[in-house]
Amino acid sequence: MTQPLLTLSNVETYYGRIMAVRGVSLAVPEGAIVTILGSNGAGKSTILKTISGVMRPRKGAITFADKPLAGVEAADIVGLGISHVPEGREIFPFMTVRENILMGAYLRADRTHIEQDIEDWLDRFPILRERAGLPAGLLSGGQQQMLAICRAMMSRPKLLLMDEPSLGLSPMLTRQIFEIIREINERFGTTILLVEQNAKLALSTAHLGYVLEVGRIVLEGPTTELMDNADVKEFYLGLSNEGVRGERRWKRKKMWH
Amino acid sequence: MVQFLQQVISGVSIGCVYALIALGFVLIYKATETVNFAIGELMMIGAFLGFTFIVIWSLPLWLAAIIAISATALLAAMLERVFLRPMVGEPAFAILVVTIGLGFCLRAAALMVPEWSSETVRIFTPLSGSVVRLGPIVISADHAAVIVATALIVTGFFVFFKRTRMGLAMQAVSQSQLAATYMGVRTRSVSTLAWLLAGAITAVAGLLLAPIAFIHVNMGVLGLKAIPAAIIGGFSSLPGAIVGGILLGVCESLAGFYLPAGFSEVAAYILVLVVLTIRPEGLFGETIHKRV
Ligand SMILES: Nc1ncnc2c1ncn2[C@@H]1O[C@H](COP(=O)(O)OP(=O)(O)OP(=O)(O)O)[C@@H](O)[C@H]1O
Ligand SMILES: [Mg+2]
Repeated sequence: MTQPLLTLSNVETYYGRIMAVRGVSLAVPEGAIVTILGSNGAGKSTILKTISGVMRPRKGAITFADKPLAGVEAADIVGLGISHVPEGREIFPFMTVRENILMGAYLRADRTHIEQDIEDWLDRFPILRERAGLPAGLLSGGQQQMLAICRAMMSRPKLLLMDEPSLGLSPMLTRQIFEIIREINERFGTTILLVEQNAKLALSTAHLGYVLEVGRIVLEGPTTELMDNADVKEFYLGLSNEGVRGERRWKRKKMWH
Repeated sequence: MVQFLQQVISGVSIGCVYALIALGFVLIYKATETVNFAIGELMMIGAFLGFTFIVIWSLPLWLAAIIAISATALLAAMLERVFLRPMVGEPAFAILVVTIGLGFCLRAAALMVPEWSSETVRIFTPLSGSVVRLGPIVISADHAAVIVATALIVTGFFVFFKRTRMGLAMQAVSQSQLAATYMGVRTRSVSTLAWLLAGAITAVAGLLLAPIAFIHVNMGVLGLKAIPAAIIGGFSSLPGAIVGGILLGVCESLAGFYLPAGFSEVAAYILVLVVLTIRPEGLFGETIHKRV
């Protein structure tokens, strides 16, 4: 197989003196859907933020498309082809749905194609087209998630980072979102790194999986193998972690700077 | 009745000046979450630069205005770069104290210029002395010019925020700094741009004020009216800042005319109390909340 699109080797990331990511290595092959499973506070979001450049690793290296990302400004990462659908969606609530999607193309110069892309994404999500002129803050959680995905895709990324897209959604909406993830991967060939607590759906959608516990990778492999693993079965697929997820939905805001 | 309307209109024109200062104040607050107590001093600097170029150097009015506005804008952007950028991530209170300190420094600097500190001055324009008649109502041309100029600037701002790439990026940063970064927006540049624009707009406010009121080195305190104006409007709303500023001007003008002496000075704060009692989030308070 060729070089992976994204590799992390021995990455350590801290919040002040708290070590949130403790020497993580992983590889994301081009064209694949890779998932990172882990419970609350395992460090999943921190890994994605480190890749996006809003947090700096204290040790280790990240390589994307054969280029090291060390020292690249967060605002320049998207230009290299990495797009981030953040935890909690982070849509721009007072801007219209259309303006939100347009913001995804902020660094693109091809004005005419941008308009066409916006139309295409609105075609794929009729509910968003219906509300294109409304402030995005008025959308439901599921619609906001769809919007965040459209917005992220507007930069035409090679790699899409998705942080808990199922957060706070009904089981039906969650399945719909995972369907969208699969479609994006198949239609555009976009490589996807997906962070999830919903292990069942994540494992059935992704090709490869990593299991993260308190900042360390404890298991990795093709998802078909992981699904048969006894530990995964007991801790991630067994009694679902609905209860845990229900309790934790307070919001952390902008603490990355 | 005519007298009442006349008071209202002169209130609107002074209110326009408040509105412009409040606009600069809210712009900085939205983009950087900084409460900028130096905004009044930026207005003072703008007004005195205008005075220098127009009265002392006798430059043509339009040229003097352009230079004064650009210079104030650059000064504001420089203050952001040098003094506020290193404060990113510090507690809001510490940042506020920095802006208070900057205000003092600007005032002290102005006091050192002999032509500025010696007197209260007024800029006369070709319009000064002439009047505009609307039926029975007579408005001084300078007051009318303030209203027209404010309307133009506000329209320009609206177009900038709604239609330009940079305007949308500024909105985005104020709504989610994190997501704006993920879109590729350099949030630091946006902070500088916000200060630049706020500097320009407050300089305009100072220049518009100079023909209708006396300017002096301590006029910066007038700029603090931007804060009640912003609060009335909802603190982080640009349309709110404009409406709040104009409302404030009208109330002050009416209070000064119909109520015993002293009321017009406190009118701003009475208005804030009344508005907040009725609508705690301000007139244009943003009420859409993020859903999780
Ligand atoms: N801003 C912060 N300051 C200090 N510690 C933090 C901060 N954000 C996260 N942490 C800590 O870092 C660790 C990893 O957090 P992270 O958000 O990456 O977890 P996560 O796997 O995404 O969890 P979740 O499923 O709850 O989103 C946790 O122990 C958390 O308490
Ligand atoms: Mg997380």
